[in-house]
Amino acid sequence: MRARDPQKRRRDFKEVALGLTQAQAMKEAKRCLQCKKPKCVAGCPVEIDIPKFIAAIKAGDFKGGLGVIRNYNMLPAICGRVCPQENQCQGNCILSKKSKPVAIGALERFVADYEIKSKAKDEPVTIKPNGIKIAVIGSGPAGLTAAADLAKLGYEVTIFEALHEPGGVLTYGIPEFRLPKAIIHREIERIKKLGVKIVVNWVVGRTETIEELIAEEFRAVFVGVGAGSPKYMKIPGENLNNVYFASEFLTRVNLMKAHQFPAYDTPVKRAKRVAVVGGGNVAMDAARTAMRLGAEKVYIVYRRTEEEMPCRLEEVEHAKEEGIELVLLANPKEIIGDERGYVKAIKCDKMILCETDESGRRKPSCSGEEFILDVDQVIMAIGQTSNPILVKTISGLDLWGAGYIKTDYDGKTNIPGIFAGGDISTGAATVISAMGAGKRAARAIDGYIKSLR
Amino acid sequence: MFKILHRETVAPQVISMTIEAPYIARHAKAGNFVVIRINEKGERFPLTIADSDKEQGTITLLFQKIGKTTEVLGKMKTGSSIRDVVGPLGHETPIQEYGHCVLVGGGIGSATLFPILTALKEKKNKATTILGARTRDFLVWPDKFSKHADETLLTTDDGSSGRKGLVTDVLKEVIETETVHVVIAVGPVRMMQAVSALTKNYSIKTLVSLNPLMVEGTGMCGACRVTVGGVTRFACVEGPEFDAHEVDFQELANRLGFYRDEEMESLQKYKTTCKGKCKKTN
Repeated sequence: MRARDPQKRRRDFKEVALGLTQAQAMKEAKRCLQCKKPKCVAGCPVEIDIPKFIAAIKAGDFKGGLGVIRNYNMLPAICGRVCPQENQCQGNCILSKKSKPVAIGALERFVADYEIKSKAKDEPVTIKPNGIKIAVIGSGPAGLTAAADLAKLGYEVTIFEALHEPGGVLTYGIPEFRLPKAIIHREIERIKKLGVKIVVNWVVGRTETIEELIAEEFRAVFVGVGAGSPKYMKIPGENLNNVYFASEFLTRVNLMKAHQFPAYDTPVKRAKRVAVVGGGNVAMDAARTAMRLGAEKVYIVYRRTEEEMPCRLEEVEHAKEEGIELVLLANPKEIIGDERGYVKAIKCDKMILCETDESGRRKPSCSGEEFILDVDQVIMAIGQTSNPILVKTISGLDLWGAGYIKTDYDGKTNIPGIFAGGDISTGAATVISAMGAGKRAARAIDGYIKSLR
Repeated sequence: MFKILHRETVAPQVISMTIEAPYIARHAKAGNFVVIRINEKGERFPLTIADSDKEQGTITLLFQKIGKTTEVLGKMKTGSSIRDVVGPLGHETPIQEYGHCVLVGGGIGSATLFPILTALKEKKNKATTILGARTRDFLVWPDKFSKHADETLLTTDDGSSGRKGLVTDVLKEVIETETVHVVIAVGPVRMMQAVSALTKNYSIKTLVSLNPLMVEGTGMCGACRVTVGGVTRFACVEGPEFDAHEVDFQELANRLGFYRDEEMESLQKYKTTCKGKCKKTN
């Protein structure tokens, strides 16, 4: 996909990827072989009929193509931008064996953006309200999808969001240069038009408990609160000044607009030399944000090699183009501070890769050598785990692992009427898998309500 | 939007606001706090729930005007609304039948102690309150405290009210003369640190309510992390109260000062441009 000039984009927050032109999209659509047994569909967590929407593009029917996607996915402009297509639809594309796969993600984005550009009015959806109230906890991708699907089935849905703005990770986590806020607003407005109410500043478990919601008015609850608690390494120096957890760093910029301080009141420290620890999308987002805040040098410190990085291919490519340096096979062991308690360097073990571990990747192990990087800021981006605030307040709810909610495939928990999905039940994953979970849970909730009659 | 129903100046630069927030009021317990954001461009910051009224559906917040945000908040009038208020957050204070509790409040920190005091009294504890401030005018709610506590002792730096000196001087006397089962201290970091050092000598269980910087307040960002007993804890969901003898106060003080330059810049810009008179910066 076309992208903005790295030298220009690395200092601003405007979107990097430019999307396809109409001619490019039609040309790309023609490459699709229209397989009888499409492998791409099997690779899609929400099983979009990909050949069908591509066929529509090929025929010049962009609106029709979008309509096909919307039957499966309410957030195409978002998924076209943030899905790890190389591991999903495109990874399965038969063409990738011989040449490049069809750029399915770019095509998805194209039809969604085409609609925005053509200022097409939404076609009115006819909904027969059934008057049954359902609560959705969390307004991230899982919650929004569940809410939209339930609303279409006639339910009266209220989403409860802890922050002051809806969108969850789409709003506080993913930067503007990768997913513009205007796109998120638009998709959320579309969901509101289905009759979904969104209540912000509402921490379930604190402002009210799930038991209270059920006792007062809601017949069922979907919990899609995400895995919102940052992991950290538990190494010396992690609480020094200018060590950020990526979630705080990104929240300050994405949600609170700290890059516009002092016009906005929330500050963020602009550092000269930054080390971001981790190899996922969040690490790439944090590194590229630090660069946009004016850093002279940004390192991504990762303990395996580039091949094992869990981020999307495009993100690491973009990061490198923007001048971010990968420091591979490096595992931080200490963050060194000055006498005032501020970061001045990060000490790392040099790693070597050994045998394959349970994740299918080669396991890093200490080589015995270490080295020091002089930096004045460290951002930890090594993953998220479950947030205890909500699950602790639901008595009798079955959990697994670090406090994730145990559910079946459809999101059913051990408590009748309480459903869950997305990162809070699977552990940290992707936007699209959370949406898939929201979709299945909406169906399961509908089945549950009908079984009560 | 959360409507300001009542507002008064409690001490110089210290304002109390009663806000309409029925759900928060219904669930608020001693020790809880809220995170607020005044307006569209505002920052998120925590304030302790200093009082709440379930029937009226209101909570009372106290704050000191020390930066741009609190200056702007301080100018807001009765009848106007705060954009975002979320809570109640944080653990509630563990309220038990301790016996004799000594509550030590420094400056604005005293506000946090008030709901703790009333909750402790409901459990039939004996409560001694020690309130300290720079001068008499800066004491927060001395009358309210003396109404509920068995004994209220005041100290000021200049001796303008109560005795001249520090809260720790008075606390030491109380400990020397009476049996004390638990001390709860809230105030500036240095004050809490001094109280902690004192009670450690006497092996008296001591809780402090910490006030680190926060952004979102529900355990998601980690901005509020503190080291307690050598372990990183998130004050917003695991606190705000911790065992004083285990807290790394130096780290807390460092982290609280992290944005001092930006705070000054923001306040300066606010004061030199329009002092809140023009709509734009509000």
